[in-house]
Amino acid sequence: PIPLPLLSLQIFINNEWHESTSGKKFPTYNPSTLEKICDIEEGDKPDVDNAVEAAKAAFQRGSPWRQMDAPSRGRLLHKLADLLERDRVILATLETMDTGKPFLQAYFIDLEGCIKTLRYYAGWADKIQGRTIPVDENFVCFTRHEPMGVCGAITPWNFPLLMLVWKMAPALCCGNTLVIKPAEQTPLTSLYIGSLIKEVGFPPGVVNIVPGYGPTAGAAISTHDSIDKIAFTGSTKVGKLIKEAASKSNLKRVTLELGGKNPCIVCADADLDLAVECAHQGVFFNQGQCCTAASRVFVEEQIYPEFVKRSVEFAKKRLVGDPFDARTEQGPQIDQKQFDKILELIESGKKEGAKLECGGLAIEDRGLFIKPTVFSEVTDNMRIAKEEIFGPVQPIMKFKSIEEVIRRANSTEYGLTAAVFTKNLDRALTLASALQSGTVWINCYNALYAQAPFGGFKMSGNGRELGEYALAEYTEVKTVTIKLSQKSP
Amino acid sequence: MKKHGSDSSPGPVMPALPEPLKDLKIKYTKIFINNEWHDSVSGKKFAVFNPATEEKICEVEEGDKADVDKAVKAARKAFELGSTWRTMDASERGRLLNKLADLVERDRLILATMETIDGGKLFSTAYLMDLGACIKTLRYCAGWADKIHGRTVPMDGNFFTFTRHEPIGVCGQIIPWNFPLVMFIWKIAAALCCGNTVVVKPAEQTPLSALYMGSLIKEAGFPPGVVNIVPGFGPTAGAAISHHMDIDKVAFTGSTEVGKLIKEAAGKSNLKRVTLELGGKSPNIIFADADLDAAVEFAHIGLFYHQGQCCIAGSRIFVEEPIYDEFVRRSIERAKKYTLGDPLLPGVQQGPQIDKEQFKKILDLIESGKKEGAKLECGGGPWGDKGYFIQPTVFSNVTDDMRIAKEEIFGPVQQIMKFKTIDEVIKRANNTTYGLAAAVFTKDIDKALTFAAALQAGTVWVNCYSAMSAQCPFGGFKMSGNGREM
Repeated sequence: PIPLPLLSLQIFINNEWHESTSGKKFPTYNPSTLEKICDIEEGDKPDVDNAVEAAKAAFQRGSPWRQMDAPSRGRLLHKLADLLERDRVILATLETMDTGKPFLQAYFIDLEGCIKTLRYYAGWADKIQGRTIPVDENFVCFTRHEPMGVCGAITPWNFPLLMLVWKMAPALCCGNTLVIKPAEQTPLTSLYIGSLIKEVGFPPGVVNIVPGYGPTAGAAISTHDSIDKIAFTGSTKVGKLIKEAASKSNLKRVTLELGGKNPCIVCADADLDLAVECAHQGVFFNQGQCCTAASRVFVEEQIYPEFVKRSVEFAKKRLVGDPFDARTEQGPQIDQKQFDKILELIESGKKEGAKLECGGLAIEDRGLFIKPTVFSEVTDNMRIAKEEIFGPVQPIMKFKSIEEVIRRANSTEYGLTAAVFTKNLDRALTLASALQSGTVWINCYNALYAQAPFGGFKMSGNGRELGEYALAEYTEVKTVTIKLSQKSP
Repeated sequence: MKKHGSDSSPGPVMPALPEPLKDLKIKYTKIFINNEWHDSVSGKKFAVFNPATEEKICEVEEGDKADVDKAVKAARKAFELGSTWRTMDASERGRLLNKLADLVERDRLILATMETIDGGKLFSTAYLMDLGACIKTLRYCAGWADKIHGRTVPMDGNFFTFTRHEPIGVCGQIIPWNFPLVMFIWKIAAALCCGNTVVVKPAEQTPLSALYMGSLIKEAGFPPGVVNIVPGFGPTAGAAISHHMDIDKVAFTGSTEVGKLIKEAAGKSNLKRVTLELGGKSPNIIFADADLDAAVEFAHIGLFYHQGQCCIAGSRIFVEEPIYDEFVRRSIERAKKYTLGDPLLPGVQQGPQIDKEQFKKILDLIESGKKEGAKLECGGGPWGDKGYFIQPTVFSNVTDDMRIAKEEIFGPVQQIMKFKTIDEVIKRANNTTYGLAAAVFTKDIDKALTFAAALQAGTVWVNCYSAMSAQCPFGGFKMSGNGREM
C-alpha cells in the first residue's frame, strides 16, 4: 500500500462534485485504528432528487447515452475495467482502510471480482436480444428488451466496491442510468469510482453517487417516484422495508440480496481436509461478514469429533491483526454496533449450552477485533443456530441421515447458499436438488464467478445478480405487434 | 460491410484517415504452424500481384497437402483434452480475442495498406470499413466466449440431464479474396471464441494480411497450434482441407461452384460439418413511394462497392414502373461521376478487379448484355492501359432471361429492370437459385413487412443496403450458402 491522495469526498452528480444541499458532512472511520479517515458530504432527499433529475435527463430519448451504439457501451465498461486495473493498489488500500479487510484480500479478491465482472458485462452489452414470435393471425410480433430507466442502488459495507460493480455493470450494460447510495460506513471506493466514470467518458448523469445514511438518503431512493428500479444488498430487515417502500410509492421493480444462515453439510465420505478448510474459510472469510457465511456446519456423526478437532486447530491458527500486514488473515469487525451484536450472540451460545471450543471473546480491550470462535454440540434451537451472526463464529452440529439434514438445512426463512462435501455422485445431486438455496456448492465454498447467477431463495432475496440472469433484472420487455394486410408464413 | 446512411446514431466517431504507408515491407511470407514460420514441404513458392499495376509484390511459400497435414497435426494437438487451450478459462479466451483486437487497432495502418496493395481495395475503404469491421467483430466474439450456455433439461425418470456446448475441434477455414482480412476474422473469431483450433487457407490472390495476422496471434499469446495458416491454391491446399480425415469442420466463403465441391468432399471423406457463404444475385426492389434519392444512392453503392466484388451485390434492381425512367436517369448520373485509378491514392473512387480471370469474365458478361439486347447506358468496357480496371457500367431495359440478369457478374455492372405489381416482383425476385440478400425501398409499413416475409433471402434490408454489424447473423438461403456467420 502507498500513501494516498484522498480525492473524492463529495456528492457525484452529472460527472461533477457537489457539496450537500444541507451543508452537513459525516465522518468515515478506519475500524482497525478507530480513527476518523475524513469527512464526507452527507446526502439527503434534496441531493437524491438532484441526482435523479440528472439520471432522468441522461436517460431521455435522444440523449447521448440512449443514442450510443450498444458495442460502445461495452467499450466504456471495458475501459472502466482498465482503469480499475490501473488504480488497483489505490482502490485496495482505500477498501482496507474503510472496511478493515486484509489488504491482500481486497487486492486479490475484491478487485479481481470487480474487474472480471465489468469485463463480463462489457461483453453482454451488444447481445441483449429480443425475439420474433409466431403469433396467431395476420401479425408480425417481436419483443424489445429495453433498459428500465433510472436505477437506484443501495450497497453494503462488507464488499463495498464489489457489490457496487455487481449492480453497476449489468445496469449500464443494459443502458440504464444510476443513482447510487453507498453504505455510510464505507463510501470511499464508491466515490473514487465516480472519478473513473468521468475519466472513461460516460456521459454526465449516467452514474450518480450520493453518500449518506439509510433512513435519509436510502429511504429517499426507495420511495422516489421517478426511480424505476431499486437494487439493494444488505440485511433482510431493511430489505423488507425497501420492498414495502417500493410498493407504496410507484411500484418500482425490486431486487434484493439479503442475509443467510447457510448450511454447510459434510458427509462421512468427504475429503476431510478439504471440507475442514472450506468450512473454515467459508465462515471466517471477511471477518465472518459475508451473506454467504457457512454459519451452520452439519457434520455426519461418524466424523464429527475429528472434524471439530481439525476446525479448532484451523481457528486457533488464524492470524488476527493489522489488515495492512501481509500475514493477517482476519481484520476488525466493521463497527461497534456489529461488534456488540456478535459478542452478544457469542454469550447466548455459552448460555444456551453450546460447547465453546476456542475463542469466544474480543481480542483487546480497545478495538473491534474478535477471536475466531468455534462452538460444538450446537442444537437447532439455539440463537447461534438461527440468527445471522455476521462475525467470526463457527457453530458445528451433528447429523445422522441425509433426509434429516435436508429437513434441518431447509428449516430457515433464509435460502442464500449451501455447500455439500461428499464424493458420492448420487448424494451430491440429491442434495443439490433438495436444498432450498440460490447457490449450492459441491466440494467447494464461495466459488463465485461473474458468469454464474447468484441470489436467494425465500427471504434471502428476490431476483438474481451475475450471469445472463442479471440482464432480466435490468431490462423491461416490450412486445410490438404489427398488423399486416395478409398472413405471412 | 458498409453502414451507409446510418446517420441517426452518433456512435463512435470514425478515425481520421491517415496516409497509406509508403514502401510497405512484407515481412511474413511463410506458412504459419505452431506459432512458427515454415517453408513449404515441396520448396515451391507462388507470386502475389498488385492488381492495380499487375506487378509482383512478393513470393509466398506454397502450401499443399503435406503442409496441411502438418498444420492439422498441430491443431489436433492443441485441441487435446488437458492442453493449454482446452483448459483455459472461457473468460481468458475472450481476453485473448480482445488483445488481438487491440493489436489489429495498433497495426491498422499496416494492415489497411497491405489489403489495398494486395486486393485492389480503396485505401480509405480498407482503413475505415474493413479494419473497423475486423476490430468490432473480434471484440463482439470476445464477449461471447464465457457466455456459451448449455441447459439443464427436465428428463423423464430418475435422471439428471444437462447439455454442454462443446467446441467442434479442428476447423478448416477457406477464405476469399474480396474481403481477405474481414473474412479471415469472421471465421477465426467465432471459432476461437467457442474453443476450437483452426487451419486457415487464405485466397491465393490475397494471402498477405492473413499471414500478418499470424504474427499478431503469436504476439497476443494464443497457444501454439491454435491458429495455423497455410497459403496455397484451391485444388491443392483447399482440397486437402475439404477431404481431410482429421478436420472436424470446414467453413468456406467463395463461389457456389466451389462450395458444392467442398460439401461433396466433406460427404465423401469424414462427414465433417460444413458452413458455406457463397454467391448471390440479390434483388433490390424500389417502389414508387420510396425516397428516390436514398434509393438511387443505396442501389448504387449496393452494387458498385469494392468494384462490384461483393457476394451481397444488389445486381438485379427492380424499379416500379412509374419511377423507372427517373431512377435510371439518376443512376447513370451517379455512375458517371467516377475517378478510376490506383486505390492507394486519395480521390480515387474505384480500383481494379482482382485478376485477369475475373476481368475477362466480367467483360464477357458485359458483351452478352449488349448482344442480348439490354440498353447500355454508360461504361461497357475496360479502362486504362495497365491493371484490371473496368468502367462503371449501367444496363437498363434488362429482362429476366438475359445472362446479366441470371449470372453473378462480380464486377461494376448494374442491371435495372421494370416491374408492375407486388406479386410479380416477389416471384421474379425469388426466381433464382441464389438467396443471400435482398432489399426493398418503400415507406409503406405493410409492403415492407410483407417483403420481409416473402423474400427468400438470408438478409432483407428495408430502406437501406449493406447494413451489417457483428451483432447480426448473416448467411444464405438456397444455394447462397449453408449456415450463418456472426
